[in-house]
Amino acid sequence: MAAPQYTKPELTDDLVIPAIAENAMAHSKPFVAKPEHQQPLGFPGELVEDWHDKAIAKMGELLERSRALRVFLDSCVKCGACTDKCHYFLGTGDPKNMPVARQDLLRQVYRRHFTLAGRFFPALVGAKDLTREVLDDWYSYFHQCSQCRRCAVFCPYGIDTAEISMAGREIMDHIGMGQKYSNEIIGKVHKFGNNLGLQEKALRATLEGLEDDMEEETGVRIRIPLNEKGAEVLLVTPSADFFASPHIEGLMGYAKVFHQAGIRWTVSSFASEAANFALFVGSYEQMQKIALRIRQAALDLGVKRIVFGECGHAWRVAYSFLNTLAGPWDFLDPAYPTPQHICELTYDLIQKGVITFDKSKNDDKVITFHDSCNVARGSRMGAEPGGQFRIPREIIKACCNNFVDMRADTIGEKTFCCGGGGGLLTDDLIELRVKGAMPRMQALKEVVTGRGVTHMAAICAICKSQFTKVLPEYGMDMDMIVSVHQLVSNAIRIEPAKTM
Amino acid sequence: MTALTVTYALLFYAATAVFGLGLAYRIWLYAKTPAPLKIPTPPAPLTKSGVAFRLAREVVLFESLFKSNKWIWLFAALFHAALVLVLLRHLRYFQEPVWEWVKLIQPFGLYAGFAMVAGLAGLWARRFLVERVRYISSLSDHLMLALLAGIGLSGLALKYVERTDIVALKAFALGLMRFDWQPLPAEPFLLVHLALVAVLMIVFPFSKLLHAPGVFFSPTRNQVDDARSRRHLARWAAALDQGRP
Ligand code: SF4
Ligand code: SF4
Repeated sequence: MAAPQYTKPELTDDLVIPAIAENAMAHSKPFVAKPEHQQPLGFPGELVEDWHDKAIAKMGELLERSRALRVFLDSCVKCGACTDKCHYFLGTGDPKNMPVARQDLLRQVYRRHFTLAGRFFPALVGAKDLTREVLDDWYSYFHQCSQCRRCAVFCPYGIDTAEISMAGREIMDHIGMGQKYSNEIIGKVHKFGNNLGLQEKALRATLEGLEDDMEEETGVRIRIPLNEKGAEVLLVTPSADFFASPHIEGLMGYAKVFHQAGIRWTVSSFASEAANFALFVGSYEQMQKIALRIRQAALDLGVKRIVFGECGHAWRVAYSFLNTLAGPWDFLDPAYPTPQHICELTYDLIQKGVITFDKSKNDDKVITFHDSCNVARGSRMGAEPGGQFRIPREIIKACCNNFVDMRADTIGEKTFCCGGGGGLLTDDLIELRVKGAMPRMQALKEVVTGRGVTHMAAICAICKSQFTKVLPEYGMDMDMIVSVHQLVSNAIRIEPAKTM
Repeated sequence: MTALTVTYALLFYAATAVFGLGLAYRIWLYAKTPAPLKIPTPPAPLTKSGVAFRLAREVVLFESLFKSNKWIWLFAALFHAALVLVLLRHLRYFQEPVWEWVKLIQPFGLYAGFAMVAGLAGLWARRFLVERVRYISSLSDHLMLALLAGIGLSGLALKYVERTDIVALKAFALGLMRFDWQPLPAEPFLLVHLALVAVLMIVFPFSKLLHAPGVFFSPTRNQVDDARSRRHLARWAAALDQGRP
C-alpha cells in the first residue's frame, strides 16, 4: 500500500482547538469489503444496483428498531457543545469530524425521507437526497468515528454519535458497501472462533510456549489450560493476548493470578476471542452470533463463571449486552456477576489478601493509566458507578509504587480515545489513527515531561496495539504501553500451585 | 365579530391542535420504539430513582452542557429559565381568578422577558462568531432564533412601547378556552406577538424543538445501569432468541 503523505500534528503545551479545514480528511477511506468478506455475513457482495432505495428502506427499518436513533436524529439543537470533543476533529480539523456534523450526514437524509419539514422544505432544514457524493461521505466519515462516545458524555441530550455511525455502517453493509477490516474479522470469528484465524493446534502450542516462559521466569509451572472440562472459570480474552506484546504479558498476568488463587480455569478454542467486531458495524444479529459462541463454550465446558480479559469493546459488549444477546446465564454460579472482568477478579483477590505483591519489581516505572473508551463510557466494573475508573487504578497502585494520573479532563468518562477503536485499527487508516491519537499523546506528553511518567498502562487490546504503532510517531517509545496485568505479572508473589 | 378576531381564534385552535397532536404522535413514536441494548453513559445510576434524579439534573441544571461549554450553558440556561418564568407569568391570561403565586411572580416575569432576549442574543451571536458553530448552523437554526427573539421583543414592546389592552386580551383568551369568542384588540405589536406564538406552536412538532421531549427518551441518559443483573430484551430481538443454545 502506498503510504499517503501527511503531516503529523505537533504536540503543543496545551490542547488547541484547530481552525476548521474543510474536506481535510475526505480522502480517508478504509478498503471496501470484497464479496468474500461480505457474503459469509449475509451481506451483498458489492454495491447493489438499487442501493439508494435499499438504503432508505434499511434506514426506515433501523428507525423502527432503535429508539436511540429516532430520538437522536430528532433532538439535536446544533448547540455546538460537542464540536470540540472528538479526538478526530482535534487531530484533523476536518469539520465533518465534529460529532454533530458527522450525525448530520445521516440526519440530512433522514430529514429528507422521514420528516415533513425535510420533505417539503429541504433547503430550510438542511435535508439532502442520498446521492453518490453523500454515500461517499458516509463511507469516509462513518469510518472516522471510533465510536468512543466522548461526544455523548458532553451532549445535553446524550446524543451518541457512535449509534449514528453504527447505523450508517449497517446501512452500508446492507447495500454492499462494507468495510473490509471489520467484516473479514467477523468472518474469521465465525469460522475459527477468533479474529486471528488461530486454530486449536496452533493455540495449544502458543499457550504451552508461554507456560515454558513462565516456568523459566518463576521456577513454577503456571498453566494456561485449554478446553479443560469442569474448570470453574472460562476466560475469554482478545486473541491479541495469544501472540503480541504487550498483550501476551497481560495473559501471563491472568494465569499467575488464577494460579496463585487456586482457581481452576480454562481458555476455549471454540470461543477463543473476546472481541466482538460486530459492534463496530452495528449489527445486532452478528453480535449475537458471536456472543452465542461464548454461551456454547460455557455449556460445553461446564464452567461456573465467565471472566473477560483486557479488551475494551469486548468488555462493553460483555458487560452491557451479553445478558441480552446470549443470556440468561442461570446455569452459572449466581455468587459472581456474569460476566466478570479480570480486573474485578484480581481486585477482589487483592482485597482478600489472596494475592500479594513485591511492588519494588515495578520500581523502574512511573505509570499512568489510559481509560479505554469502551470501558470508561460503555460499561462498569464492581458494584458502584465509576468502578471502571477506580478498580484498574487500585490494581496498579497495589502492584506499583509510582502512579500518576493524566489531566482530569482527559481521563475517566472524559477520556480521549486511543484513535484506533471502532474497527479503525487497520493500516489503510494510518493517517487517521496517527492524527486521532494526538489528544491522548498530548496529555501523555504532559505527564512525561512534567511528572516523569515512563509507562502508560491500558486494559484494551486495541489501545495497546494502536499505541504500539503511534507512540513512535510522536517521538515516544513503543514499549511505553503496558498491560495492567503485565504490571500484576511483574510483581505478584508466586507460590507452588495449590490445586490443579 | 371582526374578521381579525375570527382569523386569530381559528389560528389558535389550529396551532393548538397541530402542537398537541403532533407532539403526542412524536412522543408515541419514541415510546413505542424499543431500545434494544443498554447504552447508558457512565457513571450511570443503578436504580430508577437514580435515573429520575439524573434526568432532573439534566432538565433543570443542564448538567452535561455545563460540563461541555460554559458559554453555551450560560446563554442556554438564561434563555430557558427566563422562558419558564415568562410562560408562568402568562398563566394569568388564562385564569379567572388568578392564582396567588402567579400574581407574585408578575414583576419577575417582566425582567425575565429581557433575560430571555439576552440569552437568545448570546446564542445567536455564537452562530456568527464561533467558526465551528457557524459551520453547523442551517437556515432553520437562524429562523428558529429569529422566531423566538421576535416573540420576546414583540412581547416586551407590548409593555414598554405601546401598552396593550390586557383586559380585552384576557377576555379574548378566556373566550377562546370557553368557545365564547370575544373581540381581539387590533394592536400591531399584539397581532405580531400572537401570530409568532402560533407559528412557534405549529413548527414545534416538526423541528429541533423536539429536544424538549427527546431529552426524556434519550437511552444514554434514561437507562438504569443494571445490564448484568437484569436481562434487557427488545420485542423484535426476542424473536432472534428462537432455537439458540
Ligand atoms: S452537543 Fe448534542 S445537541 Fe449540541 S450540537 Fe452536539 S449533538 Fe447536537
Ligand atoms: S463517538 Fe468518539 S469518535 Fe465518534 S464522533 Fe463521538 S467523539 Fe468522535
